[in-house]
Amino acid sequence: MIANEPEKNERQIWMGLLARAAPERLQALLQDLPPHTLLRGPEVGAVMVRGRVGGTGVPFNLGEMTVTRCTVQLADGPAGHAHIQGRDKRHAVRAAVVDALMQTDRAYALRAGVLEPLAAHETATRALRAAKAAATKVEFFTLARGEDA
Amino acid sequence: MYVAVKGGERAIDAAHAWLAEERRGDTAVAELSVAQIREQLSLAVNRVMAEGSLYDPDLAALAIKQARGDLIEAIFLIRAYRTTLPRLGASRPVETADMAVIRRISATFKDLPGGQVLGPTFDYTHRLLDFKLAAEGEVPVAPTAPASLGQVPHVTAILGRDGLIQGEAAGDETPPDLTREPMELPASRPLRLQAITRGDEGFILSMAYSTQRGYGRTHAFVGELRIGAVAVEMDIPELGFAVQIGEVELTECETVNQFKGSKTEPPQFTRGYGLVFGQTERKAIAMSLVDRALRWKELGEDFTGAPAQDEEFVLKHADNIQATGFLEHIKLPHYVDFQAELELVRKLRAEAGATRDAAE
Amino acid sequence: MIAEALLGGFASAPTASARVFRAALEAMARPGTIWTVEGAAPPAPLSIAAGALVLTLCDGTTPLHLGASLDTPVLRDWITFHTGAPLVAAKAAQFALGTWADLMPVTRFAVGLPDYPDRSATLIVEMPDLGPHGPRLTGPGIATEAHLTLPETAAFRANRALFPLGFDTYLTCGNRIAGLPRTTHVEAV
Repeated sequence: MIANEPEKNERQIWMGLLARAAPERLQALLQDLPPHTLLRGPEVGAVMVRGRVGGTGVPFNLGEMTVTRCTVQLADGPAGHAHIQGRDKRHAVRAAVVDALMQTDRAYALRAGVLEPLAAHETATRALRAAKAAATKVEFFTLARGEDA
Repeated sequence: MYVAVKGGERAIDAAHAWLAEERRGDTAVAELSVAQIREQLSLAVNRVMAEGSLYDPDLAALAIKQARGDLIEAIFLIRAYRTTLPRLGASRPVETADMAVIRRISATFKDLPGGQVLGPTFDYTHRLLDFKLAAEGEVPVAPTAPASLGQVPHVTAILGRDGLIQGEAAGDETPPDLTREPMELPASRPLRLQAITRGDEGFILSMAYSTQRGYGRTHAFVGELRIGAVAVEMDIPELGFAVQIGEVELTECETVNQFKGSKTEPPQFTRGYGLVFGQTERKAIAMSLVDRALRWKELGEDFTGAPAQDEEFVLKHADNIQATGFLEHIKLPHYVDFQAELELVRKLRAEAGATRDAAE
Repeated sequence: MIAEALLGGFASAPTASARVFRAALEAMARPGTIWTVEGAAPPAPLSIAAGALVLTLCDGTTPLHLGASLDTPVLRDWITFHTGAPLVAAKAAQFALGTWADLMPVTRFAVGLPDYPDRSATLIVEMPDLGPHGPRLTGPGIATEAHLTLPETAAFRANRALFPLGFDTYLTCGNRIAGLPRTTHVEAV
């Protein structure tokens, strides 16, 4: 379920998932964080979102979005990074810690305990919206005219 | 000219206190939460995000609450807040072809790949006030149908395959950013689109409407209108690759417009483009019409003097925060300016009187 | 990215950068005065002062030119991680960081446009020594005269002659900074 984005590496997939997750949902799945130091942030800032002229042409600046970033280092362990939408600093720290833990031998447990449930919830939410949209799809039919009968 | 005047502090404090009270309204009525505004006034939230030029539904909802529902005041609050944020970078251009569409319609093709998806639209409502909403009640669950989650192709891509519509020049140049550098005219199309997408909805709507009524007519059809969520991806230097940092909901409109063709080019349709934060359909359609009208020069059309063709007129008057700032400043103390004018008028009147007396 | 590059940023960016910015402002407003800064721990051989200035003044919108003697992988990574500043050639730089020898000839740097004199480069020059002695400084921000160790005088005199165009300069050594704006008259003594 997580690996349905074939062009992305594993780390890109989990970082994206963490960034898109609702803060309270991630917190519920991972209550306690292991000891870590903050190397940068958590810092709230803005990222300029770009579009393309005509959808396919040269880039233009559409507007900014709020983003919080954080880099942590586990005691005796790897560094973890997070850039997450919104202004929730605790969420950014938690996402960065998960990114770091995913590079340790806890990865297997985290995948089952945190990432899979997040992905399942996201997939279900998306599927529900798509299903509601599908219900509003127009099924055209043409009335038979007399001369064609 | 402005002169600092002291002595208003007590009055200002009292005005602020009363403002807060009026904002709250009758305390016998339950207070609105920011979450309620975000969820139940979502199109107002979308407008504040689009024109505030900052995608953050919670902040936009807070701004609406603080501004007592005055959306331009709320946009002002968002614009002020965004200036305090460090710029962490710029995203890769969003891929609207990959949008998870909740609405997607075309006025040019009935049967098109992906179909006509109406989504949560006002279009087929009867615009009759629904008094049931005055009473609280349960909302029935919207029906669902089996969905395919695949990519929905753009209508312009379908036309483009047969060369029937002009392609967009590809490239990856860093676009100009009017929030960082003063706008210089003539503006490139990326700069124009940035100014229009954050411009006032009412102004852009009126400009677009004027082209439909003949002031810079472009014979537009809505080739496609789509609304949905797109992923935002950014290159992260410390990682050496791009990651998704979130998702934004966008409205995109592509118009298909008339083109005469020339000696060197066969007749082709031309395009207007609108892309706006949130569910902001009226704005996106209007944006694409104004974008197309402003393209007269590059498409070899005549300048007819229409306001919507006048780049300076459109771009310099589209921003409702600039407009509000300049408009509303004239209510602030101009005592010295006015005293000078008053003196002048009195002097001129006295001189005119003296001349008259001398003549008599 | 090299692990060492992730270390040595401001522990509390808002307060640390505000303090460094105040020192930078004072230094530029009062040419010849020397200020101390703290909070940055950049990889060698960059000084604390130059590191603190980079953390405070640079971000993703300020192209930075890195002098040859400082152009190491770890320093590149450190600047990229902590500021996001794009590393560019001298001509495109808003900031330039290096020893005087690195930055010569300084005529390569932007001096602004008549319409926008602010579109000019700011040089951050690492000095072996920094003290209130050496060439005489006069001009705005200086009551009578001041003295400051400078790498040379001719380049700064030529720069002064371009006013209102010209680059501005910070001189750094250890944890100390001094400023030399384009407005200052420099004379060898």
